[in-house]
Amino acid sequence: MSKWFTQLEEDFHLNFIEEGRWRWLVEGLGNTLIITFFALLIGLVIGIVVAAVRSTHDKNRETMAKGFGYVLLKIANVICHIYLTILRGTPIVVQLLIMYFIVFASSRNSMLVAIIAFGINSGAYVAEILRGGIMSIDNGQFEAGRSLGFNYPQTMVHIIIPQVFKNVLPTLCNEFIVLLKETSIAGYVGIVDLAKAGDLIRGRTFSAFMPLIAVALIYLAMVIILSSLVGVLERRLRRSER
Amino acid sequence: MSDNIPYIHVENLQKHFKGGIHALNGIDCDISSGEVVVIIGPSGSGKSTFLRSLNLLEMPTGGSIYVGGVNILAKGVNIDLHRRKMCMVFQHFHLFPHMTVLKNMTLAPIKLLKQNREEAEAKARELLERVGLGNRADAYPSQLSGGQKQRVAIVRALMMEPEVMLFDEPTSALDPEMVGEVLTVMKELAAEGMTMVVVTHEMGFAREVGNRVLFMDEGKIMEQGSPEEIFGNPKHPRLQEFLSKVL
Repeated sequence: MSKWFTQLEEDFHLNFIEEGRWRWLVEGLGNTLIITFFALLIGLVIGIVVAAVRSTHDKNRETMAKGFGYVLLKIANVICHIYLTILRGTPIVVQLLIMYFIVFASSRNSMLVAIIAFGINSGAYVAEILRGGIMSIDNGQFEAGRSLGFNYPQTMVHIIIPQVFKNVLPTLCNEFIVLLKETSIAGYVGIVDLAKAGDLIRGRTFSAFMPLIAVALIYLAMVIILSSLVGVLERRLRRSER
Repeated sequence: MSDNIPYIHVENLQKHFKGGIHALNGIDCDISSGEVVVIIGPSGSGKSTFLRSLNLLEMPTGGSIYVGGVNILAKGVNIDLHRRKMCMVFQHFHLFPHMTVLKNMTLAPIKLLKQNREEAEAKARELLERVGLGNRADAYPSQLSGGQKQRVAIVRALMMEPEVMLFDEPTSALDPEMVGEVLTVMKELAAEGMTMVVVTHEMGFAREVGNRVLFMDEGKIMEQGSPEEIFGNPKHPRLQEFLSKVL
């Protein structure tokens, strides 16, 4: 037993302390968090815009006057549809590589490219989550808002969105957790993220257990923290309904 | 209040739904200020569609609707301003579930009429008091009974100080013992001179409160007249058949 512990201690020392290898993990964690945070922002913005276009189109296409605005909305809807189909229909690794080696081939700022790639990808999922949330609200809520004299955007902002937000929060949180874990493929374009850091240590020390388990535990800890924060927020939002 | 020019003037109103249903087939109708018009008819006769057309929740496919002399189907008419004057009460209440009763009532006046919060809340509490819900201002809709919800929905609409109130089967989703409390509020409103258009299956209400009763079937107004005429001396065979079933 004590031999096992000694072995473990040596292993720990070899993988993290020697040559300051722990710094790789810190750097990797930092990059993972940076990519996730900014990709999340981009994803939210894209998601909100796309969801707004798609649900406005779905809700109003029958009642709208067939003028310039209608054509514009139709075109925007088609663009959003194509975006969703492509982004959800191809693997994120492939998207990342296409972004890095084709779209932004001239750029060597792999962090920025990764942020954009993950953001655009996440936006597609966020958009569909939000749209699902909007469409799930009883149409009577729209009608009640409209019949009081609110226009469509006002009805959305004051009446629909607050209800949507509460309903989709768990799903949205899930998407953020998926995003955090998905960034572990950033190593493909030469970024030292958390997963890549573990990989680098393994390559140096030829011991797999310590670095990989450490990386797994760090991801797990982040996910648990994120989930519990959302849990708190969710309970606060629920308070308004018995 | 009732001057000779009707407040609402409807001409040859048509509504074709996609899929071929011809819900409104040439409705002509005048409604004066202060009048209480009750629309009765079998289900599928187009009465709700007609009511919903009056504030364009349903877009008519033909004809015209003049409100206060303005054709609201004309291009460039701000329908949102128009809707503030014609508030609707729905069968299923449609209170906003994430807001308290008070917030439900004050949202529109504060955001749209730019009333300040104190002013709006004071008025809301006064209205709640009048419909017997003075102590429920801070409750959420899920904590109210059906009858209470519908009374809140009515006073929520009244907060906008509408010219006309539209009621779309306001008591149809209520337990029988709660119908009375909602009808009482509506009767009081009528007595105060509010212009009301009511789609209902409550024949007692139609007879007692209505100034005029419209009988609709197959997207048309088949017969109209005072409650005495409609219920006492129905002429159209469809109306006679309908009344024999519901009375």
